[in-house]
Formats: sequence, structure tokens, C-alpha cells
Amino acid sequence: MKTGDRGPETGNMEMSLDALIHPAAAQPMAPRQFLVQNVRRETPDTFTLTLARPNPEEGLIFAPGQFNMLYAFGVGEAPISISGDPDRPHLLVHTIREVGNVTRALCHQKPGRAIGVRGPFGAFWPVAEAQGNDVLVVAGGLGLAPLRPAIYYLLSRRAAYGSVEIIYGARTPQDLLYRRELERWRGRFDLRVHVTVDAAPSDWKTNVGVVTALLPRARLDPFHTVAFLCGPGVMMRFTVRELLNLGLKEDRIFVSLERHMKCGLGMCGHCQLGPVFVCKDGPVFRYDRVKDWLDRREV
Amino acid sequence: MEDLEALLAAHPFFQGLAPRFLRLIAPCAARVTFNAGQFLCHENEEAKQFFVIHHGRVAVEIYRHRGGPVTIQTLGDGDVLGWLGFLKPYHWHLDARAMELTRAVGLDVLCLLEKCQQDHELGYELLKRYAHYLAVQFRVTKLQIMDMYGK
Amino acid sequence: MVARQDFPYLLEALIRRGCQLMGPTLRRGDLVYGPLHGVEDLPRGWRDWQAPGSFRLQPREDQALFGYGVGQHSWKSFLFPPRQLLWQARRTRGGFEFMPREEDHPRYAFIGVHPCDLTAIQVQDKVFLEGAYVDPTYGQRRLGAFIVAVNCGHACGTGFCASMGAGPRAAPGFDLALTEVVSPNGPHYFLVEAGTEEGGAVLGEIPHRPAAPEEWQAAEDRIKQAENQMGRFVQTRGLKELLYRNYEHPRWDDVASRCLTCGNCTWVCPTCFCHTMEDVTDLTGEIAQRWRRLDVCFSVNYSYLHGGSVRVSPRSRYRQWLTHKLATWVDQFGCFGCVGCGRCITWCPVGIDLTEEVRAIGESENP
Repeated sequence: MKTGDRGPETGNMEMSLDALIHPAAAQPMAPRQFLVQNVRRETPDTFTLTLARPNPEEGLIFAPGQFNMLYAFGVGEAPISISGDPDRPHLLVHTIREVGNVTRALCHQKPGRAIGVRGPFGAFWPVAEAQGNDVLVVAGGLGLAPLRPAIYYLLSRRAAYGSVEIIYGARTPQDLLYRRELERWRGRFDLRVHVTVDAAPSDWKTNVGVVTALLPRARLDPFHTVAFLCGPGVMMRFTVRELLNLGLKEDRIFVSLERHMKCGLGMCGHCQLGPVFVCKDGPVFRYDRVKDWLDRREV
Repeated sequence: MEDLEALLAAHPFFQGLAPRFLRLIAPCAARVTFNAGQFLCHENEEAKQFFVIHHGRVAVEIYRHRGGPVTIQTLGDGDVLGWLGFLKPYHWHLDARAMELTRAVGLDVLCLLEKCQQDHELGYELLKRYAHYLAVQFRVTKLQIMDMYGK
Repeated sequence: MVARQDFPYLLEALIRRGCQLMGPTLRRGDLVYGPLHGVEDLPRGWRDWQAPGSFRLQPREDQALFGYGVGQHSWKSFLFPPRQLLWQARRTRGGFEFMPREEDHPRYAFIGVHPCDLTAIQVQDKVFLEGAYVDPTYGQRRLGAFIVAVNCGHACGTGFCASMGAGPRAAPGFDLALTEVVSPNGPHYFLVEAGTEEGGAVLGEIPHRPAAPEEWQAAEDRIKQAENQMGRFVQTRGLKELLYRNYEHPRWDDVASRCLTCGNCTWVCPTCFCHTMEDVTDLTGEIAQRWRRLDVCFSVNYSYLHGGSVRVSPRSRYRQWLTHKLATWVDQFGCFGCVGCGRCITWCPVGIDLTEEVRAIGESENP
């Protein structure tokens, strides 16, 4: 059940899920409280927080690729992509890297404490539209976090997709997120997982090198593949170029962009990239819709 | 000999190379197999062979006297390893270790050089491919050294 | 037509409706917008004199109440306060709870809104009211506001509202629009147009009569005069495309060599909406507040992302501001982010004139 050469559109899904994904539109400024259930160290500076509502019925329905604004009491807010399973909305999972005051405060929360959540915000990976296609997921560093909900989504509806491949690059083996899960995924017969790092000790069993070097290994049918990319800007630019070389059309490539989002509502102006607000028009974009702006510098 | 030609023809490095050229270089070729842990080459050794990897995984390593080896690249199906520099002497500057059972075709570099001297068209074809291979190596190496996942 | 001596009734009618009057007034020698208690607070007999980097108040020959152009303030400071408490919360066991706070829900009547500023309010409406999310404070203040617009009788020295389609005549959106007709020894009256039902009702409460044709004509002539006086102009046709084509134009380097990146242009701009959040606690750390305050795209911090800022060079920051106003805004909100009020030219300490920058880029394509 291939859908042919037409690229998927995010528009329809946005319409249909609009009501679901814009809760609290009346009080967009006030965070809701979630209790920290579990904090798990992923890498030396990255932690995964599992949050739950005090009232278990009040989950947080989100689509893969969306983000929340997380608030640490008195310290501030930071935009953090959701990295949990969209089919389990009662648990809110975020993977956070300590890079500043707010993320540091969030990472060092103790179970039982409350943090504030606003969201979910933003556009998402077109997982529903990609049905019938092969899916190639390319992640770099922390970029696996916003892609994990999409991977969960694909795997729980595995029969609806063609081949699914994941290429994941990180700095060193210690910097890989979700290692146990990666191992599980590698063990599946219906999934190809390539993991690569920039440098490794000699007991490292898989690839060393950049993610683009692995792209030729992917069994890529350019006419029936949809690619989801998230990682450092440099990585995404080079990956896009490589995918285009391999014959993938621009409208089959989706990228998740990063800007400092302060409001999530498309009002504060900080996340502008030329004509788009990354917080509300993105963070997930079809490549052909932003490519002119990705090539411009200091925009 | 013919199956060696077929093996080379199926490899991306030689993709589309005219059968005439494949026939010319086949006498330089030999099948080689490395078990996991075996080294394809060691730093400072004379580089006698150019490896055309068909199957397996190879770690390219730099050895540190304090801290032991660091893997800086892995190679696998469809990759090549070695120098076609055509300037003597040829020495490896890195270690390469099979991470799993690895099958390759080893091309004798001196033999190849001789063939290329005799047939410059062959030499041009091979150098063109090798130049592309080097360009890709440079590109990925630059990406790798910029530490793009860092903070 | 409302005679000058009947004008106070208008303000009284609005006060009777519970409106808090906000309008132009002189404070320590400067023209600002602030609370009005009566006609006597208006800058009667004063006019503005504006040029790039320069603003002066001068006495008029007549006693006009609205004989001034736009000053450094705009109405956004009332609808979108530059610093605003969004919420406050108290730490509790394991969490926090929001604390009630005193919210003022003023019902403003804006007296003397120039056509450019009326358009600017409508531009900000698109940002704060017409997207997926509504800004509650802005919405509450905006929807309650009563707008008395004033058509311009002279052009501001730096304005170019006519080319932006924002003046010198007020477009729909006002409750009442005035055109003041005044001369040193002649009659002094206002032509009043009601734009809404409520505007009509207010007009009904004050003495007025239908305008005579020559009174109407005199008002029209003044607006025409303002339009004719306007010395600046922006070619809006194809403007977005022109700027999109010229992100690497050498003119950006040229303007960057003059621009101090002080951000004055954004403070005075009636449409600039960028803001940031500030989280603070009291000394005990038990009470936290979240404030919103205006932010400036000319600061390096504005585009900070962990690891560094996106727009480091002054060139890129000026370019961000100008292209946002005149190009990307069109894609974002379906209109320009510039109404041609000229404030950014007047209040720029080095007198950078965006109309000149745009023209320089345009002329380089068609010399």
C-alpha cells in the first residue's frame, strides 16, 4: 500500500488533532503541575524525567515531535521536547540536558516534587501520513529524544509501514541516549538500527564515524521513503544533502529545528527563523518549506 | 579469476568499471578473510595491500601508549581501506582490526601500480575513484572533528 | 460636527461610561500618553517638529488640541504593558500553588489615536488575538478599549504612513474619528465620524450637528494637506520579495556601520511585540513570580541558544529587524509590521532612516 510519489502533508493532521493538542488555550501562560515520578541519568549531563499528573485521569495528549515548556519553581522555563510514548499520555517523559540554570534545576528534581508544564506545543512528525511508506529516522545526539515518540508510534503500528531504519549518531558511547532501548530495538527483526559515534574505545562493537557515512548502508527506496531528521544543525544539513544525493525528494524529508522558544505561543518572537515561528509553525518542518532559510546565515 | 572479477565488479568502489579493466587488475587480487580480532594492518607496516571489503566490520584505530587503542572510524560492506598513492614507500599509519568475521579482496599495490603504468586509462579510472573516496573521507573527517554533538 | 467648546462633553461622556481616559499630554516638556482628566491636559497649541534623530515641540499659531504628530510613546504601552506580572505562586509541600493577585481591568478610552497608531493596534491584534492562542491581558484591555482616532492635519517630519496605507486618514477600527479644523483666527471645530455603534451612542450624548459642506471640505483639505506634505515613501509593491532576494546585500554592512544596536527603534515602534520572560523569587525563595517584559531583537542575547547566539553581527540584527517589519511579517501575519509612523527614524540616535535603506537596496537592482 504505497502512496506513490506525493510527499505527506502535515496540514490535515494538524486540523484533525487541533482540538486535542491545544488544551488550556484560555490560560496559555500558566503552567500545570506534574509530579516527578522518576529521574534517570542517561549520560553524564542528560537526564530523563518521568512526570505524572497528581490526578491520573488528566494525562497530556501529545503528538510525536511536540514539546512542552517545563518550569522549575522560581528558576524559569525551558522548552523541552516530549520523548515518551504518545499512546501512554498519562506519563509525561522528557529527556533534558543540563546546559543552563533552568535545565540544571529540572535535571536535579527529586521524585515527588512538582514541576510546571505548559503544552504541548508545536507541529509534529507526520507519522500518520507516512503510513504505507518506508521510514528513515536519522538522529544525532540529543536529537533522538524528540524522535523517540515517533519511533514508539511506528513500532506500535509496525504493519502499517514498510521498512523502518534508525540511524543514530553521538559523540561517544557514553553519550548515547536510551541505550537499553536501542539494544532492544536492534534485536527486532522488523527494524534496522545503526548506531555510530565520533570516537570509541576498542571494545565498542558497532560503528565509528559520522551519521552521513552510514546513509549509504540504509536500504533506501527514495520514492517510498519518508525521512525524519533531528540533531545538530550541521548534522541535519549534511544529512539532507546526502539524502538528496540518494534521490529522496525534498518534500519527503522532515527536520526538527531548534531556536530559543520562550513562550511557545508564537508571541514572544524569539524563535523566528525568517517567516516562521519555530514554536508554532515547527519545530518539525517539511524540508522544502524551510530550506531557503536554513541556508541563510544569522537569520 | 572470473569470480574475483565478479566480486570486484559488485563492489561500489569498482561499480561500472569496464570489464577490460577488471580483467587487468584481477591478477593482482586475492581473497582474504580476517577473524574477529585479527588485524588487517598495523601502523608503520609496509602497506602491501589495498583492501576491498565485501563483508564484515573493521575498526580503524590509533594506538595511544597511555590509554590503548581508540577507534576513529569503522568500515564495513562496500568500503575500501588502503593507499593508492603510487608513491613509495607505502606504510600504514593506522591499525585496522576486524571486529567480526571480515571478508575482503586484497589488491597487491605494487601489482596495481604496474598495471596502471602499463595502461594509463586504467590508472586514470582508478585514481578518479580513489580521489572521490578521499574526498568523502575528508568530508566525514571534518564533520567528525568539529564535535557537533558537544555543548 | 462638534464645536470646540462642546468638545469637553465628549470626554465627560466617556468618563460617565467608566472609561479611563488616556491621551497625549505634556509632561516635563515632553509629549507622552498618560491619564487625561479633562481637555486642559491635552497639548493645546503645540506641535511636533521631527527629523531623523530629532524631536522638538514647538508652539503653534493656533489653539489646536491635536496639532501634534506622534511622539515616542504609543498605545502599546497600555494594551501590552512593557513589564507585566503574568502570575505568582507560593511554594507548597512538594509543589506550588498560584496566588491570587490584584488584576486591574481598566477600560481605556484612547483619545487622539493617529491613523498610523490605529493600524498598529490592528497589527498587534493579529499577534495577540488572532493566532491559535489569545493573550488574556491584551485581549481584555483591547476589547474594552474605546478609540477616539484623530485624522492628521499635517505630516510628521519622518512619517511615511501614506505609502504603508496607514494614514493620514484613519481606516475603520475606531469608535470615533475626529478631524480637527482650526486656524489662528478662524473657527475651531471637529468633524466627527462614528465607526461603531457605541461610537454613535457616545456622539449622541454630546451636542453636535450635521456638518455643512464647506466644513466637511475644510476637514478633507487638511487631510489632503498632510498627505501632500509627506516627504518619505516606501515602495511596498514587491517589497517582501525584494528583501528576500537581498539578504546578502552590501547595504546591510553599510547600515551596520552606523547602527548602534541600541534598540531605540524597537522601543518606540508601535507594532514591535517581542518580549521575554523573567522568573524571580522573593528573598525567602518561597514566592515566585513570572514577569513578561519587552525585549529587543538588537541584543545579542535575544537569539541566544545554548552554545551561542544566532545573530551575532550587528548587520544580522539590523537585518532581522528591518526584514521582520517589511518582509517576514507579511508571511507571518498577512500584513506589514510597519505603519509608517516614522518613530524609528526620529528616535534613532544616529538618524538611520529605514525608507532610505529600503530604497538603496531597491535602486541597486534597478539603477
